[in-house]
Amino acid sequence: MLGFLQQPVMVTTEVNLNMVALTAVGLLSRLWQLAYPRAVVFDEVYYGQHISFYMKRTFFLDGSGPPFGHMLLALGGYLGGFDGNFLWNRIGAEYSSNVPVWSLRLLPALSGALSVPMAYEIVWELGFSHCAATGAALLLLIENALITQSRLMLLESVLIFFNLLAVLSYLKFCNSQKHRPFSPRWWFWLVLTGVACSCAVGIKYVGVFTYLLVLGVAAVHAWHVIGDQTLSNVGGLGPPSPGWGDVPSILWQVRVLCHLLARAAALVVLPVLVYLLFFYIHLLLLCRSGPHDQIMSSAFQASLEGGLARVTQGQPLEVAFGSQVTLKNVFGQPVPCWLHSHQSTYPMIYENGRGSSHQQQVTCYPFKDVNNWWIVKDPGRHQLVVNNPPRPVRHGDVVQLVHGMTTRLLNTHDVAAPLSPHAQEVSCYIDYNISMPPQNLWRLDIVNRESDTDVWKTILSEVRFVHVNTSAILKLSGVPLPDWGFRQLEVVGEKLFRGYHGSTVWNVEEHRYGRSQEQKERELELHSPTQVDISRFMARFSELQWRMLTVRSDDSEHKYSSTPLDWVMLDTNIAYWLHPRTSAQIHLLGNVVIWASASLATLVYALLFIWYLLRRRRRVCDLPEDRWLRWVLAGALCAGGWAVNYLPFFLMETPLFLSHYLPSLPFQILLLPVVLEHISDHLCRSQLQRSLFTALVVAWFTSACHVSNMLRPLTYGDRSLSPSELKALRWKDSWDILIRKY
Amino acid sequence: MGSYYINRTFFFDVHPPLGKMLIGLAGYLSGYDGTFLFQKPGDNYEHHSYMGMRGFCAFLGSMLIPLAYLTVLELSRSLSAALLTAALLTFDTGCLTLSQYILLDPILMFFIMAAMLSMVKYNSCANRPFSAPWWFWLSLTGVNLAGALGVKFVGLFIILQVGWNTLSDLWHLFGDLSLSMVTLGKHLTARILCLIVLPLALYIATYAVHFMVLNKSGPGDGFFSSAFQARLSGNNLHNASIPEHLAYGSVITVKNLRMAIGYLHSHRHFYPEGVGARQQQVTTYLHKDYNNLWIIKKHNSNSDPLDPSLPVEFVRHGDIIRLEHKETSRNLHSHYHEAPLTRKHYQVTGYGINGSGDSNDFWRIEVINRKFGNRIKVLRSRIRLIHLITGCVLGSSGKVLPKWGWEQMEVTCTPYLKETLSSIWNVEDHINPKLPNISLEVLQPSFPEIMLESHMVMIRGNNGLKPKDNEFTSKPWHWPINFQGLRFSGANDTDFRVYLLGNPVVWWLNLLSIALYVLSASVFAVAVQRGAHLPVEVEGLSQVLLRGGGQLLFGWMMHYFPFFLMGRVLYFHHYFPAMLFSSMLTGLLWDTLLRLCAWSLASYPLARCVHVLGILSLLLGTAYRGPRLGRRFLIRGHVKVRRRTKRSWREEEGILQPLGG
Repeated sequence: MLGFLQQPVMVTTEVNLNMVALTAVGLLSRLWQLAYPRAVVFDEVYYGQHISFYMKRTFFLDGSGPPFGHMLLALGGYLGGFDGNFLWNRIGAEYSSNVPVWSLRLLPALSGALSVPMAYEIVWELGFSHCAATGAALLLLIENALITQSRLMLLESVLIFFNLLAVLSYLKFCNSQKHRPFSPRWWFWLVLTGVACSCAVGIKYVGVFTYLLVLGVAAVHAWHVIGDQTLSNVGGLGPPSPGWGDVPSILWQVRVLCHLLARAAALVVLPVLVYLLFFYIHLLLLCRSGPHDQIMSSAFQASLEGGLARVTQGQPLEVAFGSQVTLKNVFGQPVPCWLHSHQSTYPMIYENGRGSSHQQQVTCYPFKDVNNWWIVKDPGRHQLVVNNPPRPVRHGDVVQLVHGMTTRLLNTHDVAAPLSPHAQEVSCYIDYNISMPPQNLWRLDIVNRESDTDVWKTILSEVRFVHVNTSAILKLSGVPLPDWGFRQLEVVGEKLFRGYHGSTVWNVEEHRYGRSQEQKERELELHSPTQVDISRFMARFSELQWRMLTVRSDDSEHKYSSTPLDWVMLDTNIAYWLHPRTSAQIHLLGNVVIWASASLATLVYALLFIWYLLRRRRRVCDLPEDRWLRWVLAGALCAGGWAVNYLPFFLMETPLFLSHYLPSLPFQILLLPVVLEHISDHLCRSQLQRSLFTALVVAWFTSACHVSNMLRPLTYGDRSLSPSELKALRWKDSWDILIRKY
Repeated sequence: MGSYYINRTFFFDVHPPLGKMLIGLAGYLSGYDGTFLFQKPGDNYEHHSYMGMRGFCAFLGSMLIPLAYLTVLELSRSLSAALLTAALLTFDTGCLTLSQYILLDPILMFFIMAAMLSMVKYNSCANRPFSAPWWFWLSLTGVNLAGALGVKFVGLFIILQVGWNTLSDLWHLFGDLSLSMVTLGKHLTARILCLIVLPLALYIATYAVHFMVLNKSGPGDGFFSSAFQARLSGNNLHNASIPEHLAYGSVITVKNLRMAIGYLHSHRHFYPEGVGARQQQVTTYLHKDYNNLWIIKKHNSNSDPLDPSLPVEFVRHGDIIRLEHKETSRNLHSHYHEAPLTRKHYQVTGYGINGSGDSNDFWRIEVINRKFGNRIKVLRSRIRLIHLITGCVLGSSGKVLPKWGWEQMEVTCTPYLKETLSSIWNVEDHINPKLPNISLEVLQPSFPEIMLESHMVMIRGNNGLKPKDNEFTSKPWHWPINFQGLRFSGANDTDFRVYLLGNPVVWWLNLLSIALYVLSASVFAVAVQRGAHLPVEVEGLSQVLLRGGGQLLFGWMMHYFPFFLMGRVLYFHHYFPAMLFSSMLTGLLWDTLLRLCAWSLASYPLARCVHVLGILSLLLGTAYRGPRLGRRFLIRGHVKVRRRTKRSWREEEGILQPLGG
């Protein structure tokens, strides 16, 4: 039992000094003068806003990506004690003293720095030499665009970090698979792969491409596991018996099944859970109402502190006859609005000569107003107060809606609506005594009901109003009325109803029982409990995720937008920042030598790969089997990683920037030393050729370092350059380098 | 559409011409005179002879059944599977409806199925390469591919499928060490010849015929560039002679170089309140119209340059000019107000009275790639108009204005100076009595240029078919579950209506079969990968399931999934090619599964019994529901009966619109 005491406790460590050195220079390059410039640089203006929202814990909606990336940046702000009080309004604005610039920029910089030793590890795990691995890391180290991007409050470097981490941990997992499956090490790397993948997806949606790549490679490997006959012999159950469907032989399949299940759990289930966790934390943090409340549904808004929650807090849950309510349209396009009426009537004759009923207008109004209140009335009785006990309104009940301020009844009839003539006009009925009888009965149709006797609930129920006489449905057409309607939105009775559509569905947002005295105690009983349980989280998550994916910004053009074809050879750049007085400036500008040679290496790899593949098909093996597998795996992960992160942009229609290329760039750079080593090992036939090639590589690397050094002022923005120096740096006509005119 | 071929007037459509040409041919042969207007569904044909065209489509539509039968027979070597497939298609009301009318879809489906059949046939000839049947089926595949692509661009999917099949075939041959490189070269050349060169030649030939037949000017002119129009007789650019260089006082039309944008246009309507300044609208318009005419004037003098006493003064590159709208005498104007749709651009308006405006009316005219001071050539010079005060460039965003702008396209002044086609214009019509005319013969574009241009216009047209606000659109996921049909025809005062809807038994069976197929195929695949030894009979069945079924499943996916990525308006009938594949899969799957069941039962008569009974019950099931539904939908077509089955099948009322897509 105490056997472990009989042996001394030994700790042996190996330190790879290469790694240490690379980490150190990586940190140095990324962290040097991190707090400079002390001004808003490019997209910091955008991420900064989100950080401020996190600090103030107000809710916001952002369509650009899932919340994990913003939360990481906000973590930096939190650790630096940022209070969120800064107006992120323009690029170049000087930071005030309360903004902890250094700690805000620390996390991206750290992830940028750690990418360097990770590149080393990846190439090493792929089975290539230390020399190639060091080369890959050094190339990543001196790549100017990556340095620029990681030194600022931006997310690309964090995304790259998790992408590389996912690939690295998958490789580690693969290599431990050969030796000891199901060991702690094996589990650790497998789980880390899943977590890193979901972190990548959680930072930007494009992370999903790397995830799919890893999944694809894992699926191929799993398929090999299925075909692996040796696995079936484990446990002494004997060789597979002939014939399939043989029940005892199923037993030896269990181990294979375990392999598959472990992979599925770690690579599919776990990432989904982690992704949900990000949203859970996001919603936990952002608990106050903010500027984007309006876009969300009433139920969502009610879950935020302040805003609607303050209004709806303590209001009764069940709508009863006599309730006073405001009705919000669920669709909310073009703007969220409430059912509204006011004293004005429809004009007798419209501009185009059609006539109207000349009755009181009913519209949808995007602001809170006393005219948004309606009273739910039982057609059989005259009173407008709630009975004791309240009689709840149920699905299928016929109701009348009384406009609170004018006490007129919501009505529709066979008169064409002002702007949507195919639909019926909706009005508040005025009796002009002209043989136009009131038609003000509406049947309540609860859309999201669970049973047919469901009660109409505040906020939760989505209801439709079906007109009893004409079976028209109350609908927001979304067209703004002309001047006579005060530019409010038109509401119509839709006769030709086709299926579910949000514009015909309404929900009660504010609700109170009609004023009568002795109801107080019963009201207290009816108060809805407000606790966050898992089902509510899922509802909030799906709503938030859906809105994030569908919210559109209509920025169709930008000065620095570019097309994917411009990226491969670095034909474009982005000016990030310009010093307010001198001509010191920061550009997103890569190391041209590295970009061009990495693209070339990809091409060489593709050609060599096809050549080898065809030759192998004809049974001519140029490479030994293990070398070939290594070569294929390196290509699948590096060239594949580049392709999946790059090619989808050709299909995207939103404005694209050079920074979109950055996630795919490290993969391409990783491929470079792999191809070089392959050429030197397999294609250089004599020692002389090999030495020559090595000399060439050294010369090339020196030139890359030189270029990197020359572009350094534009990367760090620390030195003001003279106009002639700037002109000299403008190597391509398409580069836009800012030259101050004195 | 066939009418256009018979009348030989040029038109524009988003689909390639072959299908319409065939319909036109059928109509021509059956004595149709091309005078019926085909304006909207529901019109009576009256005395026009349309039966030829309908008969042609119906014939091709009914050919689908034997084609599917032969394909499945070839893939599964089982009569019952083929029969089942044929029954599914025969009793499907959707296929029936679709092939009864003058539509492109039966023609398209015919070519797709024929291509599939000939591909399968030549695959099974693989053991006798270069024999006569091999060559026959291979070249027939090529012909059918050209046909499919020539009818609709959806034909691209079957091309991809055949391409994939050919690649894997070649890969297989390549790994066969018994074949020499020369033989492989022959294989490769044969396939390139039959599957690439032949279809391409045929496809181009259809265009050649298309352009040859349609040599008169018609409603589609405005979609095309000036040079293109010059070859249509009846167009004002055909054999036209106009002054070569632009001079002050000329009356011109200005056309955007981006395809299908149109002419710079203005009309007597103001921008509505709230949309920039309340001045006269400036748009682009695709059709020829008097409102497209502009007069080019000097910026600083208002004297009439057409006064014969003054010398002719040419406009030169870099000049500051003013463009006056001829009909309304307002100047082209821009200012720091945001454009109606593209918020980052400036608004362009018509401003001033009788040609006198302000300094915001001044534009600098620049020719791309020219030196300053050169004259500007009509039609050939590519010009940009730069607003003098704001420095922005006149361009069209290509976005369609709402109703107040008559759904013409927005014109803006963009502050981004990048050279894009949408900000480059050319001068098309040019009227100046003081200048000598030259002939435009030099402009005639070559055939490849016409091809390229008409494709660009078609692609743009396809992308332009965006769903309008509030318009009901069908989503791809609606289709396989037969969620909602498509109303084809039916006047409101009669009981006779045509409603496109599949036979639910067939469709839901298809859907079930796909799921079942994926399940059973993966079971077999895993078993093979695990190295399980299957009995010979099961081995054969699993091969049928994996190979034949795999091809069919791939075909279904190829004809279905791409629609999820499309931004254009989608309709229910887009699913039908995919539905053909899934019906064939159903036939093959159930037959194989029943055979498996029968095999697992030991005794022969019992097995036989199970198999026959299963097939029969499936046949009867489809046949039972099929005609009944068919009769209701096609002949009686009552609304209420349908509701009983599914709520979303409700009759849609309102105005019928031709789909065109």
